[in-house]
Amino acid sequence: MGDETVYALRGVSFEVQAGEYVAIMGPSGCGKSTLLNLLGCLDRPSEGRYVLAGEDVSQLDDDALSTIRGSRLGFIFQSYNLIQQLSVLENIEVPLFYQGRDEDEAREVSRRLAERVGLGSRLGHKPNELSGGQQQRVAIARALANDPRLILADEATGNLDSSSGREILALFDELVAQGRTLIMVTHDPAIGERAQRVIRLRDGLLESDIRR
Amino acid sequence: MNRALFISRMRRSIRLGLRSLWLHRLRSLLTMLGIVFGVCSVIAMLAIGEGASYAAQEEIKSLGSQNILLKSVKPPEDEKVQGRRENYVLSYGLTHEDVRRIQRTIPAVELVLPARIMREYVWNISTRVDAEIVGTLPNYPQIRNQTVSHGRYFTDTEMDAAENVCVLGPEMARRLFPLHEPVGRDVRVGQNYYRVIGVMEFRGRTGGGSEPTGQANTSAGTPAVDRMFIPLETARRRYGEVLANSRQGSFEAQRIQLHEITIKVGNPDDVVAVSDVVRDLLAKNHKKKDYDVVVPLELLKKAERTKQIFNLVLGSIAAISLLVGGIGIMNIMLANVTERTREIGIRRALGAKRQDITTQFLVEAVILSAVGGLLGVILGIAIPFVVSRVADMKTIVTWGSPVAAFTISALVGVIFGLYPALRAAKMDPVEALRHE
Repeated sequence: MGDETVYALRGVSFEVQAGEYVAIMGPSGCGKSTLLNLLGCLDRPSEGRYVLAGEDVSQLDDDALSTIRGSRLGFIFQSYNLIQQLSVLENIEVPLFYQGRDEDEAREVSRRLAERVGLGSRLGHKPNELSGGQQQRVAIARALANDPRLILADEATGNLDSSSGREILALFDELVAQGRTLIMVTHDPAIGERAQRVIRLRDGLLESDIRR
Repeated sequence: MNRALFISRMRRSIRLGLRSLWLHRLRSLLTMLGIVFGVCSVIAMLAIGEGASYAAQEEIKSLGSQNILLKSVKPPEDEKVQGRRENYVLSYGLTHEDVRRIQRTIPAVELVLPARIMREYVWNISTRVDAEIVGTLPNYPQIRNQTVSHGRYFTDTEMDAAENVCVLGPEMARRLFPLHEPVGRDVRVGQNYYRVIGVMEFRGRTGGGSEPTGQANTSAGTPAVDRMFIPLETARRRYGEVLANSRQGSFEAQRIQLHEITIKVGNPDDVVAVSDVVRDLLAKNHKKKDYDVVVPLELLKKAERTKQIFNLVLGSIAAISLLVGGIGIMNIMLANVTERTREIGIRRALGAKRQDITTQFLVEAVILSAVGGLLGVILGIAIPFVVSRVADMKTIVTWGSPVAAFTISALVGVIFGLYPALRAAKMDPVEALRHE
């Protein structure tokens, strides 16, 4: 604001190993979302470095970041963020097309993923015909479409009732078991406990980094 | 990017675009209407204009573009004199002397064709037709670009012998002899019988019969149905130099030597120059302005100029309506982009490059304008078709106008869709995702 620069994050430095299950926690306004945006290559740090899989991506241009998002990252949002006019199958296909994948192949991958998250019988449904838990499962299938190494989840269970939430968290455990890296933002300590490692932020600073 | 991938991406973009436009059917349709009406009105008006100008040009061409037409006209200042004196013989118009003078003094003139025109009823037993009897020379058809459809025209021999032969106009031939071949039969005019030796070719609605004539005897009333041609010499013998008819109880007589002179100029480039000389010559030898000079070539040029202006005006209207249509598209696309900010954010997070977003929205805008253009072209071709059926007007849809209109309307989509599309692409993904 004005001439004064406000840093959402200051001196947050940590390293995540492939296959780790990390929860980022902290009160609202602590910089969780900013951190997640940086990790997701949606934003670039004004200072500092972000090295993803050995590559410094902090100064890449917009197109390069888009490619990284589409090919190496998977996003899961609190409000699902499905495209309303597209069917379940088509929503899962979206990332595939931006990577230039063939239509038949994309359809096949999409169908497999939908079945894997338990929506094999709802391929043609629109998001508004599904429950919250089902929508989030579509979102997870979509996040997996390009077979990403790193999955970022932002309050993925925040809008769900507890039983749907448990289903989603069970899916997360499965993904980690398959060797994927999962970083999730949450303010719910019960959910944070499922992770192998909890990073706590406060006022843009790293408060604690606990591995279990 | 290879070709197959590009095509597959375009196909997908178009399918996606159609889908989102279909989602807001009414809005899309209303947005298109601007383009539809713009394109359709331009094509329709051009077709009607083209048809009208074609008809006018054909009419002028039928007079002969190498010709200059002179016509006798009753001088206006004599009307008063005529009202006062009952047995006044009004003498005016073109003379045989004029014909000789033109032939002698202007070398560029190839032929001079005098004609006398009398308005009379032509009878076949009890059927009559109101016609103009044209007394003229045997070479009339060649000079006036008319042909005889069956039978023949009269010859020099028949001309010199002042024989009672005639060639009928097509319309009067049809009316007088609906069931029979007219050639070889007789028609009656007054007390005289004429042997029909030929029938002129039908030239459409603007042909022979309704040519702009001097309206020889009857200055008022309906135009004659058609023309009938007889040798000039025959006309002179039968009618003499004085033509008389009574009107409103008073007797009126006119002495007119010739009603019409057609001058054929050898070289088309000389037509304008010759017409000036002819005007001077007539002005010198006629005290009153009792003649009229018609130069079809000048009329043709004037008609072409008029058409150019018409096209220019139409072009401006088209440009304005397409501009308005384009602004409509831009407006809707901007609303569309704002409405779908969230979707843009999602797509960006899932790997869409700026260019992908630009393409998506640009394709939608082009679909709107191109479909609008296509509907406009269809309507624009249908309307002239209906008009020529219902109103019996000639319309000509030229190839160029629908193609140009469609291309331009598609371009309008690109031009006016570009700004909203770029705006969509420029959005920050983080902010777009946060948008409610």
